Amino acid sequence: MTTGLQLEGLHKELGGRTIVENLSLDVATGELVCLLGPSGCGKTTTLRMIAGFLEPESGRVVVAGHDVTSLPPEKRPSAMVFQNYALWPHMTVTKNVAFPLRLAKRPRAEIAERVAKVLELVNLTHHKDSRPGRISGGEQQRTALARALVQEPAVLLLDEPLSNLDAKLRVRVREDIREIQQRLGITTVMVTHDQDEAMAMADRIAVMNDGRIEQVSSPQELYSDPQTEFVATFVGSLNKVEGRLEPHGLTPEAGLTSAIRPEAVAVVPASSDGALDAEVVRVTPHGHFAEVKVKTLGEVELVSFVTGPPPAEGDQVGVRLGEVWRFRDGKRVR
Amino acid sequence: MRTLVKVLISLFMFLLAVFIVGPLVWLASRAFAAEWRYPDLWPTGFTLRWWRVVVDDPMVVVALQNSATFASLTVLISAAICLPAAYAFSRYQFPGRRFMLVALFAVNAFPKMGLFVALASLFYALQLMQTVLGVLIVHVLGTVVFMTWIPAAAFSAVPRSLEEAARDAGAGPFRVFWSVTLPMALPAILVAAIMSFIASWDEAQGTYLVGAPDYMTMPTQMYSLVLNYPSQVSAVFSILLSVPSAGLLLLVRKQIMGGQLAEGFQIK
Repeated sequence: MTTGLQLEGLHKELGGRTIVENLSLDVATGELVCLLGPSGCGKTTTLRMIAGFLEPESGRVVVAGHDVTSLPPEKRPSAMVFQNYALWPHMTVTKNVAFPLRLAKRPRAEIAERVAKVLELVNLTHHKDSRPGRISGGEQQRTALARALVQEPAVLLLDEPLSNLDAKLRVRVREDIREIQQRLGITTVMVTHDQDEAMAMADRIAVMNDGRIEQVSSPQELYSDPQTEFVATFVGSLNKVEGRLEPHGLTPEAGLTSAIRPEAVAVVPASSDGALDAEVVRVTPHGHFAEVKVKTLGEVELVSFVTGPPPAEGDQVGVRLGEVWRFRDGKRVR
Repeated sequence: MRTLVKVLISLFMFLLAVFIVGPLVWLASRAFAAEWRYPDLWPTGFTLRWWRVVVDDPMVVVALQNSATFASLTVLISAAICLPAAYAFSRYQFPGRRFMLVALFAVNAFPKMGLFVALASLFYALQLMQTVLGVLIVHVLGTVVFMTWIPAAAFSAVPRSLEEAARDAGAGPFRVFWSVTLPMALPAILVAAIMSFIASWDEAQGTYLVGAPDYMTMPTQMYSLVLNYPSQVSAVFSILLSVPSAGLLLLVRKQIMGGQLAEGFQIK
């Protein structure tokens, strides 16, 4: 497979502070990669360097084999969907979408045809003559997407595309975007701080922290095999215990953190084989499962997800521990 | 009690209206009065004679042409100079930015006449007295504050992401300004242009000092007419002078009420 987008050793400082540090990432053609991380981790800065709004101190941006590092945004084969959509309020939906093609001096007939096609793709034909201020947030979002897609960009950039939509719409729109992206086979980089969104849409997720990529993996692998403490903590929920936690007990060990996912903590009847004695501290029902906090091995508190009928608070139970990860200096160790 | 307050408020508003509208009504009736001397309560009759005096005066026609020409040129020159400055004020941080913004405004704080006298000595040295250029400079100076402050605020109100989106779509910096920033700021620029037109149309002191007697505009012409004719003529002239201003103000009423003007005069 050819590489749709290569980032090679990107480095960016703003106001004397390092925002992105020696970042490298390959995105295959047709792949959707998510940059996931907390605010201030450098994910948006990275996206803006790909789009050309920021110039890296060092490093290269290569799109489909062409080095575009020194090109201004208007000369790059990428198209971006902005977080606030950035639609031009004085133009209709059609004019917004047609603008990139008019700039490219395409023939009138071709513009009309391509705009009509892309508006149909995002299901906006009935609003083609409306101004952006007159349509809903979801429709504005689709207009912004259409304006990017009509350019047939080599790389599609999505900056928190769903953050301004309400929760219900968000789930539907992310499916729509993913479906269109896969159908067109368009290389895509998306920035988000929402792990659910990243999990649901991405082929691979690059978790960023403090200007660096912590791990690039498929959503499943990221969850079940995190390489750093940050990734394990940021994605999903996690029990953390200082020292060396093992299925049969806890040994104190300086600088070592043990971690176990709630799904790997099984609550079993008291004095079951191979189980630790525990006491139920708190039960929080969530409908299809309950979050059960137990105290074991003295003062160690662990959270478990229980799908059957949950125990009552104060019950004496047993816990059986599954896979435990251990981290030293934030890195995964044996 | 409450009715009393209401009555008092109504009375106050009525008096206020009398003080504001009264002189205008008086002015308007005076323009049609045949003769109207103290202590007569009413004019002796109504006539269009004074209008004919004004309209038939060839100097007035010239003054009208001059005024229209100067005001239009002033707006164009002012826009050409001030709009780029306004864009710079709104989009770039540079040393002395705030100082310059305030300084533009502060010019209006000095008595105009003092300013013009200083300007006149400069104009003598540069041989700009009694020249079109000299008059234009005086007029443009009076419009700088409108043409800078109001558009600057409007440019600032255009979100940067909208300009970035245009860059991303393939537009160079100039095309971005032309297709996105300028159209979005256009209502405010129109307000600024009309305020400038009115300022230039009404400008009398500086024009008199620099332009008279070669370049007489409507306001300066009025000065000489007032001295040479009965007061009815000046009433006619006042009406002629205020019609374009009032008309233009009505035209942009919505924008001014909508806060474009107020928004313009904020230091950011």
